[in-house]
Amino acid sequence: MAKNKPEGYLTAKESRKISKENRRITNQFEKQRKRKNVPESEYTTTMHNADNAVEFDDLHTYFFTDAGTVKSVDGVSFEVPIGKTVGVVGESGCGKSVTSLSLMQLIQRPQGQIVEGEIRLNLGDGKAYNIAKTPNEKMMKLRGNYVSMIFQEPMTSLNPVFRIGEQVDEVISLHDEEGKSKEAIKEKTIELLKMVGIANSEGVYQMYPHELSGGMRQRVMIAMALACSPRIIIADEPTTALDVTIQAQILDLLRHLKDKINSSIMLITHDLGVIAEMADYVVVMYAGRVVEKGTVREIFSNPCHPYTIGLMASKPVVGKQVDRLYSIPGKVPNPVNMPDYCYYKDRCEMCVERCTGEYPGEISLSPTHKVSCYRFYDGKGEK
Amino acid sequence: MADVNTIKKEFTPVTYDPQYILMVNELKKHFPIKSGMVARTIGHVKAVDGVTFNLRRGTTMGLVGESGCGKTTTGRTILRLSGEKTGGQVLFNGKEVYDLSNKEMRAMRTKMQIIFQDPFSSLSPRLPVGEIIGEAVREHGLAAKGEFDDYIDRIMDHCGLQPFHKDRYPHEFSGGQRQRICIARALALNPEFVVCDEPVSALDVSIQAQIINLLKDLQEKYKLTYLFISHDLSVVEHISDTVGVMYLGNLVEYGDTKDIFNNPLHPYTKALFSAIPIPDPDAKMNRIVLEGSIPSPANPPSGCKFHTRCANCMAKCKEVAPEQKEIEPGHYVVCHLYDDV
Repeated sequence: MAKNKPEGYLTAKESRKISKENRRITNQFEKQRKRKNVPESEYTTTMHNADNAVEFDDLHTYFFTDAGTVKSVDGVSFEVPIGKTVGVVGESGCGKSVTSLSLMQLIQRPQGQIVEGEIRLNLGDGKAYNIAKTPNEKMMKLRGNYVSMIFQEPMTSLNPVFRIGEQVDEVISLHDEEGKSKEAIKEKTIELLKMVGIANSEGVYQMYPHELSGGMRQRVMIAMALACSPRIIIADEPTTALDVTIQAQILDLLRHLKDKINSSIMLITHDLGVIAEMADYVVVMYAGRVVEKGTVREIFSNPCHPYTIGLMASKPVVGKQVDRLYSIPGKVPNPVNMPDYCYYKDRCEMCVERCTGEYPGEISLSPTHKVSCYRFYDGKGEK
Repeated sequence: MADVNTIKKEFTPVTYDPQYILMVNELKKHFPIKSGMVARTIGHVKAVDGVTFNLRRGTTMGLVGESGCGKTTTGRTILRLSGEKTGGQVLFNGKEVYDLSNKEMRAMRTKMQIIFQDPFSSLSPRLPVGEIIGEAVREHGLAAKGEFDDYIDRIMDHCGLQPFHKDRYPHEFSGGQRQRICIARALALNPEFVVCDEPVSALDVSIQAQIINLLKDLQEKYKLTYLFISHDLSVVEHISDTVGVMYLGNLVEYGDTKDIFNNPLHPYTKALFSAIPIPDPDAKMNRIVLEGSIPSPANPPSGCKFHTRCANCMAKCKEVAPEQKEIEPGHYVVCHLYDDV
């Protein structure tokens, strides 16, 4: 009896073959990474534009799993200018978080590897590092001081067995190079807690995470992220787990603090309302690729990629009555076997003839507004 | 338990009005806080503290509020899912839900169903989908043995699931499809009234739209009545006919969706609505930021519970709890600002 094999079914033999091949590839990467005393010249680069805090250039981050290679991030390029907020939008699984984790070098190794591309981090004074090649010991100095991250779930990302004070102290003592005394660190922590709007900061210093509400915990996370005045803050869905009223408070706080320490924010979210309110630039991702990017005005007043249009139409908006919500047909393609044509083609309602061709390149609609869609090719086919 | 007995008498009973499928009158649900060696009751968490509303047949009522304000407990208490109520009335089709015997309640359960928030934890990982949907159908004998499979297939088809999904297990499905399974499970019993407890908050935007559309289609098809609990105001505005705004166990404002959204009266409703991010970069933000967080429901503030965070707080608010008042036809508000209107 021939049983219908579901899509993506692998025999044990095939799976073993993939595992073996994966090990070969990841071992190569790991060997590269584990070298000692890597010369600095190997990972020093120059920024293409000195006004950018971070430049992602054709980043590819793959996961070598036993079911096949998952191309989580497949050629992502965008910039985060100094002092600006860049919003990254997309559905879950589209690679937004992996992009940000690549910047922190927090990808689960050895399965996850940055296989290609550069992430240039501006260190100031014309110096820049390519994060993709920076060795671990250097990376530890960059995290916290130059890049830091606010994680999605404040409930799970604080350690439940340590007091709030200890956890924030740890960040400061690890990353602050001045070698402060214990008292000075405590003072700094309390000052930070005050800065993020915790009124009873001395009391909270002594508390455990479970004694705080979700909004308060998120404030502590923000305090930890800002402890060493990083140049770039990655906020990975900072308000998704919070109520609207608390969300408004946290967004206000982030905006205010960003101006205070003059850093850039990379805001990852799926809430277009939050993006409209916070971001200067928007990057829309779909299935590991950037499908559209531009300033917030360009994206909201003139969305060009069918996915962006669909995303905007599918969210109900207060004050706008529609009888039926638009829902994007179909689902995201299987990340193991991506098609070789436009990834959105099977769900797209605006297909043109050329869509059967290979994945469309990026088209500039204005100096800042770029879209990857054949609808805007007028015979030029520029990259 | 003396205080519980006194609470029970504090409301005027309502009489059944056939246009309403559900009448909730001064519903209260307090949870005891136990402490010490002998687990003495040292206080009560007043999760639901006097909620009154009526739900018309075939309509959707949205229930909004911050987390911890008692939305979910209200939903569960109406369905008699969290033990005995503390006070008040729940009339479902004119019958007091809490006066039914176990046997009557069992029959009543098919008429009122719930869709839970998290489709990842509310499905048994050990049962195939066909069994998850069909278990209660068999238990209540809603389909003859020979028709059982067809019955399940039909329900699954209506909820956008394929017949071959029946033998699969929940882990093989994506979030949106799991939520469809939860909906199918609730609808398989042919209910009249469904409590949707944050059915879309765990889902992506594009999947959210599919599920909301599905819920609306099913409402038309089966003439369902929904109590739609959510903290996402834009979703509530889209799906509901009436909206209730809850704060700390009380319904502070209640009325038609249009009235509530165009003309919010209670200061809390105003603040809540001003906090909604609008997906338009040029939109003007006139935000009323609420200071602090929601007070503990175990020890709520005296008088009006909102007075600690209210911008329009008066001396009276701190002492006297306001009464529910009808400002426009069908638009109720609980606030001293409207005492003279």
